[in-house]
Amino acid sequence: MIAPATASAATSSSVAGFFARIAPLTPVTYPSLLTTHAPPQVAIEVSGVEKTFRIPTQRVDSLKERLTTFSQPGYRELHALRDLTFEVERGEFFGIVGRNGSGKSTLLKILASIYAADAGRVRMAGRLAPFIELGVGFNNELTARENVELNGVMMGLTRRDARSRLDAVLEFAELEEFVDLKLKNYSSGMLVRLAFSMMIQSDAEILLIDEVLAVGDASFQQKCADVFHEIRDSPRTVVFVTHDMSAVEQYCHRAMLLHDGGIRAFGPADEVARSYLRLNFEQAPGEGDADMGGMADITLLDVWLENGQGERITNVEKGSELRFGASFEAHRHVDGPSFGFAFDNADGVEVTGFGVSLAEGAPDAVEPGQRIRLGGEIENRLEPGRYVTKCWVHREHNIVNLVLHSPHVLDFVVYGKEGAGVVSLDHEIDATVEAGASADDGAGVEGQR
Amino acid sequence: MSAEPANLELREVPGPSALGGGRHRFFELLWLMSVTEFKRTFFGTVLGYVWSLMRPLLLFAVLLVVFTRIIKIGGSTPHYEVLLLFNIVLFGLFQEGTGGAVASVVGQEGIVRKTQFPRLVIPLSVVLTALFTLGLNMIIVFVFMIAFGVTPMWTWLLFPVILLPFLVLTCALAMLLSALNVRFRDVAIIWIVIATALNYATPIIYPLSILENDPTLRHLLMANPLTPIFQQAHIWMIGSAETESVWAAAGGPLPLIVAAAIYVGVCVAGVWVFNREAPRIAEQL
Repeated sequence: MIAPATASAATSSSVAGFFARIAPLTPVTYPSLLTTHAPPQVAIEVSGVEKTFRIPTQRVDSLKERLTTFSQPGYRELHALRDLTFEVERGEFFGIVGRNGSGKSTLLKILASIYAADAGRVRMAGRLAPFIELGVGFNNELTARENVELNGVMMGLTRRDARSRLDAVLEFAELEEFVDLKLKNYSSGMLVRLAFSMMIQSDAEILLIDEVLAVGDASFQQKCADVFHEIRDSPRTVVFVTHDMSAVEQYCHRAMLLHDGGIRAFGPADEVARSYLRLNFEQAPGEGDADMGGMADITLLDVWLENGQGERITNVEKGSELRFGASFEAHRHVDGPSFGFAFDNADGVEVTGFGVSLAEGAPDAVEPGQRIRLGGEIENRLEPGRYVTKCWVHREHNIVNLVLHSPHVLDFVVYGKEGAGVVSLDHEIDATVEAGASADDGAGVEGQR
Repeated sequence: MSAEPANLELREVPGPSALGGGRHRFFELLWLMSVTEFKRTFFGTVLGYVWSLMRPLLLFAVLLVVFTRIIKIGGSTPHYEVLLLFNIVLFGLFQEGTGGAVASVVGQEGIVRKTQFPRLVIPLSVVLTALFTLGLNMIIVFVFMIAFGVTPMWTWLLFPVILLPFLVLTCALAMLLSALNVRFRDVAIIWIVIATALNYATPIIYPLSILENDPTLRHLLMANPLTPIFQQAHIWMIGSAETESVWAAAGGPLPLIVAAAIYVGVCVAGVWVFNREAPRIAEQL
């Protein structure tokens, strides 16, 4: 909706950029209205890109079937991308967000030359290194040294360049001692560090990154975050696909929200992040993932986690102080609203949840335009892993009267030493040897807390 | 942005293709992947090279006993034992190259679907690995040739001349099969049968001369593009005065024309099919 205006503005400034490129020595006067500083250079230009997948209604994947089936198999067309046009400027940290099935993975694969576009064209300035998944093409039978070389060449380096980068890669990954160890003997954490480090050390002008944050332990994560901030301020261009809105706000200059293969929002990262959340929360109750366009009586504007210092976080250390916050907006009069949240772990098990009503002393109802803010501490007993937050709102304190239900409003990761089960409960359990049962009695063993 | 690099041109992204990503990168990847695979098979295990020599040597020993003591298929062919070993080693390139390539693109799914990768590297690296193996095995063959008393000939130098068309055919089939197998997963199974049939339709365990009394079958065999290649290799490597020339064995131009037509057809089909399928391979996996 915002896209056409923004896109045309970007196109007009790129025209100036184009002339600047073909005649770099000629002094060019730019309309001062448009640009006060040098016009931005375009790093990626996507114009009119379309992609349709033909999904066979009856799959024929053997020669035998093909030769014995006389009727031509039917197809169902899936428009993954529709007439997509946008530009990413040089040096930009550009976010692409969208729900599952919105076309963002398809777009990423077209940018990375993994899929061919059906129509339109993509132009880029400089070399691109795609990181669709960490550690693709790693060979378990080879040592880290050989893998760094192989992977470097895959990313477009020459063999000599790839070899000369070995030390830097290993140093960042903190794996210098394991250079001649075969990857099959690496732990998963070591693999992830090696892969992330390879990505950082590739000197491509454009990086394409698909959700690879939240890797490794806390100190390595901090290191990664530092690198992302560094890249953000460097002339390198990054296209970053994620579900994590706090990462978008933290790193991205601009972002784009894809929906049904088209651009739904385009612009400053925080605005796009809000559009994404709105899009997610607008779902009418019971509609699942289908987007019905209609708006619920109460919508969720934002939801977040904070640490003890009040900073927003997406990665939580096990057992650390954890604060929860959310804000809602009412669009109609709602009596007796109650707000619920629950956390599912990676196995889809609802680990815990809570429900709150408006504080006593004020009328138990909300009026159109009013905002409701939730905040407070949660006892953090979650075991390490990835969690998905669900949200719902009822009226009249009755779970039958669902006003809002969003199955996926916030993702977060708990890290730390893994214990048993899904929650870690404090315990004060003593183990004692019963008197009289044996000769040496009385030696109580204190249970570990 | 203090150190502003030179202006970069916007360049069109061509999308995935057989050779995508520049010729230099293509050859580097091809080389690196083949060497890696080669090293893995030969130097990864304790016995390494010895281990992988065991297979052709054991097969050779079995066939040698069967065909010189039991069936006596070799007839009066001079140096039949060495010819047998040479043929097995040479056909190994074809068998390993095509057999390994069939499932290679499907097997490297992770790379194909998640990186920008010249697709052609995948089947060709399998053939190149097989070529390295052939090179190593040829050392053994030459040792045996000397040991069995084959007199060195200047035509040994022509081995690359006969190897080249053989290699081209193997590459073309590797391309054709690996691309087709993405679409039709039973190609790999069908190919095992065809490859075995080709093994018998080519004078490998038997010399062509035992078909002296059956010219029809002999002419038919000459229509198999592998037969003239193997026959010529026989002549140049181990041949004696009695070894029949390709022309004489064909008994006329027709079988050779058919063989050439099949050869060219397979090559064209391999390149054409692979090129057509390459941009869409990632979607079909």
